Amino acid sequence: MDKGLTLQDVRISKNGAPMVSLDWHIGPGQVLSVMGPSGVGKSTLLSFVTGTLPPAFAATGRVLLDGRDVTDAAPHQRMIGILFQDDLLFPHLSVGENLAFGLRPGGSRSQRRAKVDAALAEVDLAGFADRDPATLSGGQKARVALMRMLLSDPCALLLDEAFSRLDAALRAQVRDLVFARARDRDLPVLMVTHDAEDAAAAGGAVVTLG
Amino acid sequence: MPGRLVTRRRLLPVLPALTLVAMLGPVVAGLYGTVLPAFGHLPAAGLTGPSLEAMRGLFDWPGLPRAVTLSLTTGITTTAIALAIVMGLVAGWSGTAAFRALERALSPLLSVPHAAAAFGLAFLIAPSGWVARATSPWLTGWDRPPDLLIVQDTWGLTMTAGLVIKEIPFLLLMTLAALGQTDAPRARTIAASLGYGRVTGWLKCVFPRVYAQIRLPVYVVLAYGMSVVDVAVILGPNTPPPLSVQIVRWMGEPDFAARLLANAGALLQLALVIAALAVWRLAEGVVAWAGRRWIATGGRFCGDRAIAATALGLSATAAFAIAGGIAVLVVWSFAGFWGFPDAMPDALTLKNWMRHAAGLGDALTQTAVIAISVTAVALVLTIGCLEAEHRHGLRMTRRGMWLLYLPLIIPQTAFLPGLQTLLLNAGADTGQAPVMLAHLVFVLPYVYLSLADPFRAWDVRNATVAAALGASPDRVLWRVRLPMLLRPLLTATAIGLSVSVGQYLPTLLIGGGRVSTLTTEAVALASGGDRRAIATYGLMQTAAALVPFALALGIPALIWRNRKGLQHG
Repeated sequence: MDKGLTLQDVRISKNGAPMVSLDWHIGPGQVLSVMGPSGVGKSTLLSFVTGTLPPAFAATGRVLLDGRDVTDAAPHQRMIGILFQDDLLFPHLSVGENLAFGLRPGGSRSQRRAKVDAALAEVDLAGFADRDPATLSGGQKARVALMRMLLSDPCALLLDEAFSRLDAALRAQVRDLVFARARDRDLPVLMVTHDAEDAAAAGGAVVTLG
Repeated sequence: MPGRLVTRRRLLPVLPALTLVAMLGPVVAGLYGTVLPAFGHLPAAGLTGPSLEAMRGLFDWPGLPRAVTLSLTTGITTTAIALAIVMGLVAGWSGTAAFRALERALSPLLSVPHAAAAFGLAFLIAPSGWVARATSPWLTGWDRPPDLLIVQDTWGLTMTAGLVIKEIPFLLLMTLAALGQTDAPRARTIAASLGYGRVTGWLKCVFPRVYAQIRLPVYVVLAYGMSVVDVAVILGPNTPPPLSVQIVRWMGEPDFAARLLANAGALLQLALVIAALAVWRLAEGVVAWAGRRWIATGGRFCGDRAIAATALGLSATAAFAIAGGIAVLVVWSFAGFWGFPDAMPDALTLKNWMRHAAGLGDALTQTAVIAISVTAVALVLTIGCLEAEHRHGLRMTRRGMWLLYLPLIIPQTAFLPGLQTLLLNAGADTGQAPVMLAHLVFVLPYVYLSLADPFRAWDVRNATVAAALGASPDRVLWRVRLPMLLRPLLTATAIGLSVSVGQYLPTLLIGGGRVSTLTTEAVALASGGDRRAIATYGLMQTAAALVPFALALGIPALIWRNRKGLQHG
């Protein structure tokens, strides 16, 4: 079957008025950038892909992930990771517990702890497991959020303006990290952004809405 | 997996319906149970209606005009005064240091039960109260208590005062919640830049928006003030008492004729409240019309300083009256011999507490069992409703809000007598379980109202992220949403507990006199005049309502001491 994320003739309308339509296949390791001004329905497109489309919207079309039709699957059964512009680390859990939340079940306590530590080391945050996420810098939080998502073994990655809250220097750094990790794991990436620099850095196809 | 999903879908959407039944079922049943005997239908006594016997009996009662007048005057005066003070206070002071200080005192003041606050006020201002003692004989010249009828005065003025001091914190809290949705700071800035005084600008720009938001709580205060029983027993006149107290007296008499009178009175009470609400609604229109004309005049000031100062003075007095009342209860509970006009007792002793220890222990246990069970059920139903709303988009409409306030607006004296009659007719035993169901009617709306806003304000992207990480909806609820909402959850719990602790009439009537909580015991002591006994029970009642609030503040601070992201808000 086709590896990658396929949006098959997706059309989203709000209260009957057409909003977004897209038909695209994103292969493993490829990035599709969806651009357009705010309010045009970029985030709505992502919520359709994650299965959290608000009730005011209606959508037709299918979402295929590695050939598997996930359009009607519950959000938590889709294996589609997402990063928002806010890190959304759970404030009641430590950094390590946040990562363990993402890590798929299975394995002994020590094995799981080792995986969490390895993930932290991979983004230069070794020893941060017991820290309170609120005490981390913006760049550190972004890296933890990325690793939490990758530990859940997603089959695709969605980026919802994921870099827009970071300042310029940090943004390029985090962006490169995210794209590099996605390529390493052969993940198809669907990114919505209003920043042309993000799209250029992604290096893939660009679709402009609105 | 799909099978499990289907069951969940079946279970969760039932909860909103179940909540409505738990909240409104007893009200509707009680009203039905009131109407029948009010028109002479009481099969248990071998009476079959319809007849106007009971109504005739009620209107033949010589005390009726007085009782009805008292009910109307205390209710309307309480609401008007409390509302005016709160609006003046917010208009004149919101955003200042003095306001923040009052705000901090709000939760503890709000959680002091009505009965305890009423006893405290009585012990302060009675002829032999603390105020008289503190000013005698050097100022007043009294060496024994003057022969004045201050507490239980014929006009119900002390009772009104007792209600006002307790309703100010409630209306203030509701107003603060409403202010968040009214964009008040910017409206105030605009008004100020146009040259409007602080109070005038607020009244002209913000008040209309705020009032639209707090209308239902104001109606609650009005209905409550008209039909309250425990405060009326403690501070209200005796001969005749307000209608609500007379209804309860009739309910307590053994013969069936009195029971019929009680139900007829309950129906009249309901009619009175509805009429008063209608008049209030009309008055809102008149005020709005007058306000428009006043705005059109373009006046920039209307005694701003005087209004602000008066409102601050009166609300501070109310706060001190509650706090001072609690303080005088503390002194009385430890008092040995305390002659007039000494400001303090000759000796402090533990004797009072020891004498009442057994009784207090029993009442506390009973109070706690009821409050904890009822609050637990209310929390489960509320979280179920809100989660159903989140998962299935079953959103509460504006009409739904009315349903939520209905049990708080329909006077307790109107439907609880009927509910008791119905339970007796059905052969159901009065006792703990029915009392819990009756408490749930009043606990549920408050728990729901306090939890709904924070629950809905929670960033749902957290749920999206957690689901994207493979967490099922249940796991998201238990592992992410509820822990993050620990603080509002505990606040809602404390509110639920304190509402249950403070319930007098449901415990008395539905418990058939056999369920003794701290509140029923304390109010029962009112007629005896044993100040030391009243003080111990009143304090215990206050503690039962206050301690959960202290825990609700302390527990999150302790659990999240290493989580900066959860330490505020």
